[in-house]
Amino acid sequence: MKVRTQLIGAAVIGALVTAPAMAAELTGTLKKIKESGVIVLGNRDASIPFSYLANDPQKPIGYSVDLANKVAEAVKKELKMPNLQVRYNLVTSQTRIPLVQNGTVDLECGSTTNNLERQKQVDFSVGIFEIGTRLLTAKNSGVKDFPDLKGKNVVTTAGTTSERLLKAMNVEKSLGMNIISAKDHGESFLMLESGRAAAFMMDDALLYGEMAKAKNPAGWVVTGKPQSFEIYGCMLRKGDPQFKKVVDDALKATYKSGEINKIYAKWFESPVPPKGLNLKFPMSDVYKKLVTNPTDKPAE
Amino acid sequence: MMDFSQIIPALPALTDGMLLTLRLLGLSVVGGVVLGTLLALARLSDRRVLSGLAKFYVNYFRSIPLLLVISWFYLVVPLIYNWLTGSFEPVGAFTSCLVAFVMFEAAYYAEIVRAGIQAIPKGQVNAAYALGMGYGQAMRLIVLPQAFRKMTPLFLQQSIILFQDTSLVYAVGLLDFLNTARSKGDIVGLPHEFLIFAGAVYFVISFGATLLVKRLQKRFAV
Amino acid sequence: MNYHWDWGVFFKSTGIGHEIYLDWFITGLGWTVAVAMVAWVIALILGSVLGVMRTLPNKTLSGVAGGYVALFRNVPLLVQLFLWYFLVPDFLPESLQVWFKQDLKPATSAYISVVVCLGLFTAARVCEQVRTGIEALPKGQSNAAYAMGFTLPQVYRHVLLPQAFRIIIPPMTSEFLNVFKNSSVASLIGLMELLAQTKQTAEFSANLFEAFTLATVIYFVLNMSLMKLMGWVENRVRVPGLIGSTGK
Repeated sequence: MKVRTQLIGAAVIGALVTAPAMAAELTGTLKKIKESGVIVLGNRDASIPFSYLANDPQKPIGYSVDLANKVAEAVKKELKMPNLQVRYNLVTSQTRIPLVQNGTVDLECGSTTNNLERQKQVDFSVGIFEIGTRLLTAKNSGVKDFPDLKGKNVVTTAGTTSERLLKAMNVEKSLGMNIISAKDHGESFLMLESGRAAAFMMDDALLYGEMAKAKNPAGWVVTGKPQSFEIYGCMLRKGDPQFKKVVDDALKATYKSGEINKIYAKWFESPVPPKGLNLKFPMSDVYKKLVTNPTDKPAE
Repeated sequence: MMDFSQIIPALPALTDGMLLTLRLLGLSVVGGVVLGTLLALARLSDRRVLSGLAKFYVNYFRSIPLLLVISWFYLVVPLIYNWLTGSFEPVGAFTSCLVAFVMFEAAYYAEIVRAGIQAIPKGQVNAAYALGMGYGQAMRLIVLPQAFRKMTPLFLQQSIILFQDTSLVYAVGLLDFLNTARSKGDIVGLPHEFLIFAGAVYFVISFGATLLVKRLQKRFAV
Repeated sequence: MNYHWDWGVFFKSTGIGHEIYLDWFITGLGWTVAVAMVAWVIALILGSVLGVMRTLPNKTLSGVAGGYVALFRNVPLLVQLFLWYFLVPDFLPESLQVWFKQDLKPATSAYISVVVCLGLFTAARVCEQVRTGIEALPKGQSNAAYAMGFTLPQVYRHVLLPQAFRIIIPPMTSEFLNVFKNSSVASLIGLMELLAQTKQTAEFSANLFEAFTLATVIYFVLNMSLMKLMGWVENRVRVPGLIGSTGK
């Protein structure tokens, strides 16, 4: 008897769990996309080589953009809408979270760190990249590591994890730095290049991307002990398991098929627009682990 | 030292940016004038509540910066919409900015219309009433046509200011003329050249339009 | 809906040192007022000089002032700000450049750029108001003054300007208020004035509705108080005998 009730119980639970998927009733973002016929992808203007504008301002390019397009393809298939319109909406570090929350952007794949703080506001896909937060500085600046920044002007981008780390570090270690919060990475680099800041703190991959854009790339160096290791993810609205599954599955499929290697090589180990510079940023071990065992957890 | 040659390959993108600026301007002027006229009529009406509300609206929008209004409509208003209806409306940056400009500029156009209406002699309105017209008819057929004629130069001047103010959409990343120029300049590493070019284009259009308005003003003044 | 309402957010820690979010708003308001007041002083002085120049019989002087107005009124404020902040410092002599970019605190150099930009921008508008005020006065007044043996500077100092300034107070009030509102563009070059602090609070606390509401209330109250203040000033200095002065 007891065994039977357990069996029935299991069957009922099983039915409850699978029912929504079977009925395929659309909710949340997928419903919104189906009804409007448009999926809106958030893009950046200067997160090189993840998501940026090079030749055509209407058409962002980059590693994360390629991955976002994989997701868009999967959504087309899922909704059986081959003509689904893909629209891009430019976001900044400071506006990306509100724009995902308020429905302007459905999916933001750029250079956004997945952390617990942000998970209170949005959900993240499985990780798409792994970075360390470091410094970009002129080769002859004498800055080798964070302690060298004492009393100096340091720039970072508003709305990033680096901004919080830098501001907190400044108080805790009484470094007396003057911190400039620029609007986006392009502007941060402009501050550095024009001599207003001695160093630019940001995710290392992005710093290499900025270097690739510089007038004289050889004059700059990425340095300093990483202050944190962070995993990037694509952001979507919180509490939308149906859409999250489509996003995650699309990314996992790209990882599994090995296509990710081609996409990685295209953006990190080959010449990239606008100047045709090669970032020469080989895959890290953490990144390889991320691809073999995809996870939506933040970095440890 | 300056290298302006890179602007030529960027011209198609810059043209797209300018078209977006002009589209935003045109729609904002139309929306702003319509809403502004309604506000002015409400402000001048005999109903206390109506005129009080219109007055508050105008004072409210005239006391906060346009940049703050843009942020409200881009970031917060869609969220409020979601709380109210439970669904998401993917309006996007352009529509958000357009609504922000219409709501904001309406407060300024309303004051122009109000001054224009108040400049019409009261006797005309009384005459219209004597002919058996209602308030709406008197406004539509007698007062507004004259008021608009008088106000046209002021409308145009305000619209030239608005043309320049559209550049503030930079704050939300909409690719208007200025933001396209900045983005292009950034990517090719020539921010100064593109900025100077953008400033020159704004100047030529704005100054040209100002001269035209002055000519028009002379003709209307007769 | 995943929004956590919290009107008490302003009293919570920002996570940076011992600051609470309200401290950020107060600092921001401080910068906004500091930008607006100094820019206004520049605008008032330069604008008055230019306004007088425009009404002078000397063609060169009035031409220079006219050119200034045309230039500064027809380029968007934001473009002017970028020019002052990003471009102009690069044309300074080497030693000044180092001082401006590296020795000064970033907030100070951004502040200088904003104040100069907003001051010169507003001066063009003040100039037009002053000119309108002077031209609105009956020609007979200056003619009478000349007839009494006044020199040109005397006519301006004793006859035209005292009256012109009083009749242009209402339009000048709105220019004064505009300086406060326009100072918000400083947020776009990283000066942490009120709007920038609001955005930072919204981003750090995730309570953007509360943050933007508080900012709106602050701007509204600030604007209304300044308007009341200017209304009081206007009443005090009204020109007796003109239509406006019999009211109240």
